[in-house]
Amino acid sequence: MTEEIIIAGFGGQGVLSMGQILCYGGVMQDKEVSWMPSYGPEMRGGTANCTAIISDTEISSPVLTRFDTAIVLNQPSMDKFEDAVKPGGLLIYEENGMTRKPRRTDINICSIAAYDESVKMNNTKVFNMIVIGGVLKVRPILELENVIRGLKKVLPERYHHLIPLNEEAIHRGMEIIKTQHQVD
Amino acid sequence: MKELRLMKGNEALAEAAIRAGADAYFGYPITPQSEVIEYLMRENPVDRTGMQVLQAESEVAAINMVYGAAGCGKRAITSSSSPGISLKMEGISYLAGAELPCVIVNVVRAGPGLGTIQPSQSDYFQAVKGGGHGDYKLIVLAPATVQESVDFVRLAFDLAFKYRNPVMILSDGIIGQMMEKVELFEQQPRIAEAEEWATVGKKPGKDSVIVTSLQLQSEEQEKVNLRLQAKYREVEKNEVRFETYQCEDAEYLFVAFGSCARITRKAMEMARNKGIRVGLMRPQTLYPFPAEELHRLAGQVRGILTVEMNAGQMVEDVRLAVNGVTGVGHFGRFGGMIPSPDEILNALEKQFIGG
Repeated sequence: MTEEIIIAGFGGQGVLSMGQILCYGGVMQDKEVSWMPSYGPEMRGGTANCTAIISDTEISSPVLTRFDTAIVLNQPSMDKFEDAVKPGGLLIYEENGMTRKPRRTDINICSIAAYDESVKMNNTKVFNMIVIGGVLKVRPILELENVIRGLKKVLPERYHHLIPLNEEAIHRGMEIIKTQHQVD
Repeated sequence: MKELRLMKGNEALAEAAIRAGADAYFGYPITPQSEVIEYLMRENPVDRTGMQVLQAESEVAAINMVYGAAGCGKRAITSSSSPGISLKMEGISYLAGAELPCVIVNVVRAGPGLGTIQPSQSDYFQAVKGGGHGDYKLIVLAPATVQESVDFVRLAFDLAFKYRNPVMILSDGIIGQMMEKVELFEQQPRIAEAEEWATVGKKPGKDSVIVTSLQLQSEEQEKVNLRLQAKYREVEKNEVRFETYQCEDAEYLFVAFGSCARITRKAMEMARNKGIRVGLMRPQTLYPFPAEELHRLAGQVRGILTVEMNAGQMVEDVRLAVNGVTGVGHFGRFGGMIPSPDEILNALEKQFIGG
């Protein structure tokens, strides 16, 4: 198994930490992992992305142009990465703030209203954990237990009391993700 | 006890410097290398091992602090990125001339000039062919993984002291910024006996020790040059390091180093899936260059494609090693652009297979 993932959105949406949490989850599950962020002018300009690779075997390139799964959290990211999903792959998009639907018909497409759900939870900071929940539901590459163990590594200890809240956010994400298009 | 962590290349390298028993780090921040000094400042190793960490007022100051520490026989390390390394070049030439051991890390970004902060390999010539003035060589190590960013720091100190020569670790923005699993080696002891050549104060009955790169008499300077050249031949004999992937049955060969070798390896896997038998050679030491092994491999393949994030630098060493035995091509992206595995495979097919 090798899962090549791109996660993209605005700075502040938790894009980089989502990738780190997935990679730490991978480490906990004895997988090979690689995390490569965008850095510099792109990030300072407000958009951020990272590549996360989780694999049973040694990872060659940490930098990719085609992905098994793209998680896009704003319109510029969908515009940039929709075409980068491999045929038969998966595109997950955040519903809030999108001005158009994906056009591809040869990939699986799911949507998630993670922002709205985070508002319902009275904590928009758990937005990215809701997205992670959605991802794990449609792409169960990691055990939930290992993702939580990964989260403990990413979060500084003083925030560890927030782990149950984050776990709940993951469960909410699993419940609310919707399939928009499915290929065989 | 070995420890498994998920770390950025730059942070892992900084931790490795502490664990390798470094006495001092002198540096100045610059993207995409700043995490090295940030990590060291945060970690405050003076409490762990007594290692000093200092943000100098400039890159020039930092390299001269390295000279001072190294002259006292201490294990000193500095890091920067391309424009900062250019500033350090005068000091690097002096370190090579005075035969002082030290470790210099270049997390390369694209140039020339201030260029861009995105990854590049355009400092190959500067690292391998000189950069500073005079007839000198740096031992140059090119990590391709976060793990090698750790392991090569320890190796770099060992080689620097074995040969009394500066060692450069040529990383880049990809290796520095990416996170991977890494196994950290155990803390090495920091305090060692001062070497004979170190200037730690004259003892009664002993000759005074002078560390200098100045020899005004040509006869004396030539002796220095001959001694350096003899040392470089020893380095070339003993310290060549490389890895090969699927070369046994290869009809074509990629040569690539550092992060570019990782991307090229993906291109190799894609080529093999298409039935093209291609192998990969990845030099881990850029100086000394694995010329002998490359020459041997050249005899068995129909063509060699060198892949670099520059306009063609290592390819000159590849051509020298191959010496006309087979065709050598180059594919590069530059300016901070990263080649994709598809592009690399495409270039191989176009240049050698007739696509």
